[in-house]
Amino acid sequence: MDAGLFFLFAAIALVCGINVVVQTHPIKSALSLVGVMGALAVLYLLLGAEFIAAVQVVVYAGAIMVLFVFVIMLLNADGETRVSRARLANWLGIPLLITLLGMISYLIQREIPYSPRVVFGAFGRGGPRDVGRLLFTEYLLPFEVTSVLILIAILGAVVLARKEIE
Amino acid sequence: MTAHVPLSWYLMLSAVLFALGVAGFLFRRSVITVFMSIELMLNAVNLSFVAFSYQWRQTDGHIFTFFVMVVAAAEAAVGLAIILTVYRNRSTLQIDEVDSMRN
Amino acid sequence: MNFFLLTLIKAGIVAVVLLTTLAYLQWVERKVIAHIQLRLGPSRVGPHGLLQPLADVVKLLTKEDVQPREVNRFFYIMAPLLAVGLALTSIAVIPFGPTVEIAGVETNMQLADINIGVLFLLAISSISVYGVALAGWASNNKYALLGGLRAAAQMVSYELPLALAIASPLLMLNTLSLREIVNGQEGFLFGFLPRWAIFQGPMPQLVAFAVFLIAAFAETNRVPFDLPEAENELVAGFHTEYSSMKFASFFMAEYANMVTMCSIGTTLFLGGWHPPFPHAFSDFVPALLFFGAAAMAFYHGLNPARRKDRLTLPVFALVFAAIGLLLLLPAAQTVLVPLFWFVSKTGFLLFVFIWVRGTLPRFRYDQLMQFAWTRLFPIGILNLFLTGLLVALQK
Repeated sequence: MDAGLFFLFAAIALVCGINVVVQTHPIKSALSLVGVMGALAVLYLLLGAEFIAAVQVVVYAGAIMVLFVFVIMLLNADGETRVSRARLANWLGIPLLITLLGMISYLIQREIPYSPRVVFGAFGRGGPRDVGRLLFTEYLLPFEVTSVLILIAILGAVVLARKEIE
Repeated sequence: MTAHVPLSWYLMLSAVLFALGVAGFLFRRSVITVFMSIELMLNAVNLSFVAFSYQWRQTDGHIFTFFVMVVAAAEAAVGLAIILTVYRNRSTLQIDEVDSMRN
Repeated sequence: MNFFLLTLIKAGIVAVVLLTTLAYLQWVERKVIAHIQLRLGPSRVGPHGLLQPLADVVKLLTKEDVQPREVNRFFYIMAPLLAVGLALTSIAVIPFGPTVEIAGVETNMQLADINIGVLFLLAISSISVYGVALAGWASNNKYALLGGLRAAAQMVSYELPLALAIASPLLMLNTLSLREIVNGQEGFLFGFLPRWAIFQGPMPQLVAFAVFLIAAFAETNRVPFDLPEAENELVAGFHTEYSSMKFASFFMAEYANMVTMCSIGTTLFLGGWHPPFPHAFSDFVPALLFFGAAAMAFYHGLNPARRKDRLTLPVFALVFAAIGLLLLLPAAQTVLVPLFWFVSKTGFLLFVFIWVRGTLPRFRYDQLMQFAWTRLFPIGILNLFLTGLLVALQK
């Protein structure tokens, strides 16, 4: 059951990820990216990170990507024009990429032979209580610094996106 | 099935997604798609963090993921504001055409 | 029993009940708004218009499905499916009653009790922004695009006060699982006041409840925040180009969102399935209410205003009396009485939604956005801060 869910959602993440890079129109890329984030949220659930999975959907897929989709709709972005590349690059590109990835995967598998198996439920400390406790005790300074960072980002975005006063 | 997946497969998925993000970043010419490839790379890194947090049974990896998401949110807001400004001034979203400082 | 089989059966029952409720919610809304406006509402199709939803379904299904030529077909079809699918999914974590034992099987009256239930609901409401935005964009129509973007911006803006209002009782109840939240509102204060979150603990959550209700109106695009989909603005907003079944999907999604928001409000603020009176009286109150309704229907059936009602009102009286008798059976009481209290509280909140629709005028878009950011958001933060302060001082 764990393996089945992993394969299903890893496949969805891969297909959507390839779609992000391949599609010409930005809105299709944006929605494929939302698909990647959703699939990754399920993978986080399999790894016992329930709070992070929920935050991923609420913040990343539900707010940041909505911002992307807004900008694409407002700017009425069109698909890119195709540029012709060398024939050799077109034909050799994908097989070489797959070979490269295959070699990297083989190396990873060889170096980490005894990596543990992921059992759903083996890691029980990913809930909001545990994350919150760490966030407010050990990592309090980064937490406060990121809140200042968000304030700076708000100010920057408001100033940049404002219409010029003639 | 009772088979369980080894953790290295999660790491390989993260590597593949990161590679896809780099490919999109290098080969696409629309500014928004380049930006989305950056977000794809950040997501891949998040998956790595959570996977390693599972391996060591510590919640610290989740805290890193949380901060990555927060920084990505701030970056997306400012970056999209910059894109809007560039569009307003240059009327184009292709990064090859924003080259008035070249040479 | 096997967990999957049990959950499938529960999901089937909830789906059937929910879809029927959505159809009849539209009937209730039309009748209530009609009576507010001193007219009758649907009264021709069936007794008192009770078959009107059926007529509407038949009409919507048999209408011609006009599809504009230049739309992006995938998103045009996906948007209403996404909207209605997400709206129906969020019912999965709402608890309807306590743990009961039916025919020897012990089960929760809830489809899935996950320990981050509240975050699940927030996640679903975050993703449902896409249904609206994509519907506006895929229609290849300037008015629809503007309506969709405005609706999406409104939903995203009001998610913040909604989350703050939801977070305040969570500080007192100390858990994210919806079942635990309802369990924490059990019992009575001073012997007679129920320990609901709006009356409880170091800080009664009345302000949070008000903020939640206002944000819920905006999240579900209901009056007074329904500018994005109003009929005389922007040529009906983001669902301009949709017809027949897809249009029906958007309306079903809106009503399902309303039901979900009212259920969340009941669970977090009004104590879920717990009765407002101590248990000695409260087990008979539902049955008494139904017998009272039966008596009233019978009394009015004796000299009715319309001749048709000489038949229909006594039939209603019989139905109410039968339900009242059912509520008195001790075997059914453990299941039906908590369900009655949950349904009546949710129904009361739905009535408030419909009441406000018949009463208040619409906000202009900039008034709406300014209200969210300058009034609701600071009030939400202040309430959260005060609640946290009082809870910390109490420990």
